[in-house]
Amino acid sequence: MSETLSTTARPAATPPPPRAAASRSLAIARLRDLALVPAIIAVAIVGSIVSPVFLSTDNIINVLQSMSEIAIVVLAQTIVLITGKMDLSLESTFGLAPGIAAWLVVDPALTRGLGLDVLPDAWAVPVVLLVGALVGAFNGLLIVRFGLNGFVVTLGMLIVLRGLLTGISGGQTFFMLPESMTYLGSASWAGVPASIWLSLLLFAAGIVVLGYTRAGRALYAIGGNADAARAAGIRTDRVLWLALIVASVLAALAGLLISGRLAAVPSAQGSGAIFQVFAAAVIGGVSLNGGKGSVFGAFTGVLLLFMIINVLTLAGVPAQWTNFLNGTVILVALVVSRITGGKAQT
Amino acid sequence: MSATPSGPADGLVGTDQPVVEAVQITKRFGSTVALADAGIVVRRGETHALVGRNGAGKSTLVSILTGLQAADDGAVAFDGRPAPPLGDRDAWRRRVACVYQKSTIIGSLTVAENLFLNRHARSRAGLIRWSRLRHAAEQLLAEWSVEVDVRQPASTLSVEQRQFVEIARALSFGARFIILDEPTAQLDGAGISRLFTRIRQLREQGVTFLFISHHLQEIYEICDQVTVFRDARHILTAPVAQLNRAALVAAMTGEDVTMPEAEHRPLPADAPVLLSVRDLVTASGAELSVEARAGEVVGVAGGGGSGKVEVAEAIVGLARPAGGTVVVDGRALRPGSVPDALDAGVGLVPQDRHREGLVPLLSIAENVTMTVPDRIGRRGLISPPRRDALARDTITDLAIKAAGPQVPVAELSGGNQQKVVMGRALASDPKLLVLITPTAGVDVRSKQTLLGVVEEVRRRGTGVLVVSDELDDLRICDRVLVMFQGRVVREMSHGWSDNELVAAMEGVDLHHV
Repeated sequence: MSETLSTTARPAATPPPPRAAASRSLAIARLRDLALVPAIIAVAIVGSIVSPVFLSTDNIINVLQSMSEIAIVVLAQTIVLITGKMDLSLESTFGLAPGIAAWLVVDPALTRGLGLDVLPDAWAVPVVLLVGALVGAFNGLLIVRFGLNGFVVTLGMLIVLRGLLTGISGGQTFFMLPESMTYLGSASWAGVPASIWLSLLLFAAGIVVLGYTRAGRALYAIGGNADAARAAGIRTDRVLWLALIVASVLAALAGLLISGRLAAVPSAQGSGAIFQVFAAAVIGGVSLNGGKGSVFGAFTGVLLLFMIINVLTLAGVPAQWTNFLNGTVILVALVVSRITGGKAQT
Repeated sequence: MSATPSGPADGLVGTDQPVVEAVQITKRFGSTVALADAGIVVRRGETHALVGRNGAGKSTLVSILTGLQAADDGAVAFDGRPAPPLGDRDAWRRRVACVYQKSTIIGSLTVAENLFLNRHARSRAGLIRWSRLRHAAEQLLAEWSVEVDVRQPASTLSVEQRQFVEIARALSFGARFIILDEPTAQLDGAGISRLFTRIRQLREQGVTFLFISHHLQEIYEICDQVTVFRDARHILTAPVAQLNRAALVAAMTGEDVTMPEAEHRPLPADAPVLLSVRDLVTASGAELSVEARAGEVVGVAGGGGSGKVEVAEAIVGLARPAGGTVVVDGRALRPGSVPDALDAGVGLVPQDRHREGLVPLLSIAENVTMTVPDRIGRRGLISPPRRDALARDTITDLAIKAAGPQVPVAELSGGNQQKVVMGRALASDPKLLVLITPTAGVDVRSKQTLLGVVEEVRRRGTGVLVVSDELDDLRICDRVLVMFQGRVVREMSHGWSDNELVAAMEGVDLHHV
């Protein structure tokens, strides 16, 4: 586009839009979204060579189920990251929300004194979601209203919430969860675990909301240039607050799923998971500086990470080495995306 | 988006009503008066220039005219009707738009989305219809003949394209009055002429412009009327054709301000050459060759974009030059190395004290002694008493208003902060002092002190390079090199007139009016 000006004086003449250039840049934009697909295919090929089991339906369901809960937290983190903030406390919300629900509904007579049994079982799921919303609202109060640094606030919240869960559980594991809490995590719909359906559904909803609603686009605008977003009439504070609440509710829901799958809430549930969450989001092309990234990209990031873990397991790598390889995978993925993306991954 | 609620063809509004009329506007920020009883009247269809030197109150007026700030006193009217309340952004956007130097485009979003941010085309279900949005964006840009692919991310736009997109967006809100805040500052010659073509086209379509520029020849090229502000006041408004360049420059500069002028003794004939810059070329393409002798004060003047700051930063190692050599007192400096420059005896007052000059939370003492750890230390450890003693000298010498050397510089006023920066530059007893806009944003008294210090160090035989567009700074120089668009265009020895120097900085030749 060397010539940017038309010499026509009147606006009547509508020049044909530059189609060729348009489709090219569109193609590039789409490619960026699909950047990890070749890597995923490559891992699948390696996986099928390593073990014939890899591409079997059971194993694929296994991979999808093992990632479904963390994937929802990645979705939550992606929403926050796109606005240019970050929420470290998601991993603690992931444990605390089902923990509080269990604490309130579990009968201490059956669990050696754990729990209060003050609420009927049916309240468990609403309580989980409510705890998530409250945590998000409190984060928003400190970050949006009082203008505190999001990293430090959510780091503090990470510790506080973890401590709260350890406190109410006495460092032990809640078990004997009611049916209402275990249903979503353990049910199967049409032969596929409900948690897979839910996580896929939530990602689909995320793609639609972030790609096709004004509220979703407002997240990108705020992350890209908050002043410009404000100038365009976006209520930046309200959107940020809402993003933090939605993210915490998603993390709480993800916690509910894993508690249901394991039929228990350990006091360390989710501890340390935030690193994997960040890694998946960043590998998936979500920028820590805000404004860039997509929900689909984040999904490919988490999928790639869990596929590699699965391949390593199938290859018989000792469990003690998993963390080392996990970290290596994250670093290699960042280097690869730096090379293919051409720009520094931030 | 092409609908114009109050377009130029609207018969209801008489053409005699000015597009905007601001009367007796006063605005104070703390103790400084940004605008004092100032006003402007812009008539429909004209391109109106607003000129004035830094601090004249132009940007304050713009923020009041665009509804970003309320005036303390005075009234603004659009088309003869009072301005809407500040909270009603949409109403303001329908009346006036401003293309700022700082972009309000979001680089990570596409051009189309930027055009319709927060007013995306939606289906009945509330989902954004991207195809319709893109189509609307294409139509909008085509309507105003802006040929930009709406699908590309806005970060790939050139400055020029970005301005056109911002203008188109402003027009799409229905505004037919557009303020351009120094639109040519970042454009090259060809870009400027394309912008002017665009302005003329839009003018024929009934768009009124308020054009702010530091470059006087642009005003003669594109504008009909000119309003001059000086020292927060409205000085004059006149048709451009009736105001020659000398008169315009005189209106901008006003009477000579009462700054003490340095005594100008001739240099001793045997004064050695301290600084020798040969064929220096910066990364941005600005060029400079200059020599300064011991005890000589050399000024480098020029407007924004003249390259004066870039060459100065290349000399002191803040930026790596593309070519050329810098020799200080017989020693060639390593290009792009600040430590080497300091080592060779260069003291620097950088352009932006907030960004490069100071660590605001540290004390005066720590800031002043930052470049000279060896002078305040013993066996590698810093000695606080020695540091404070050195800082106390600086506080006395430069008359810094502070309770003591332990006060954090963040608590000082702008003028005193700048004195700390100067103190740091002097802490190493430099052979060469490079001052980049040393008195920007400081009060008159601090200015006097700072410029007085220059006179003092020069008497001790230090060479001084003053890089500035402030006339007061340049008045203490023995000679001034004037840069324009990256080249030295004139050299003036002491005794120049204000008008002559300003004209040279603006790229105007007064002798060919």
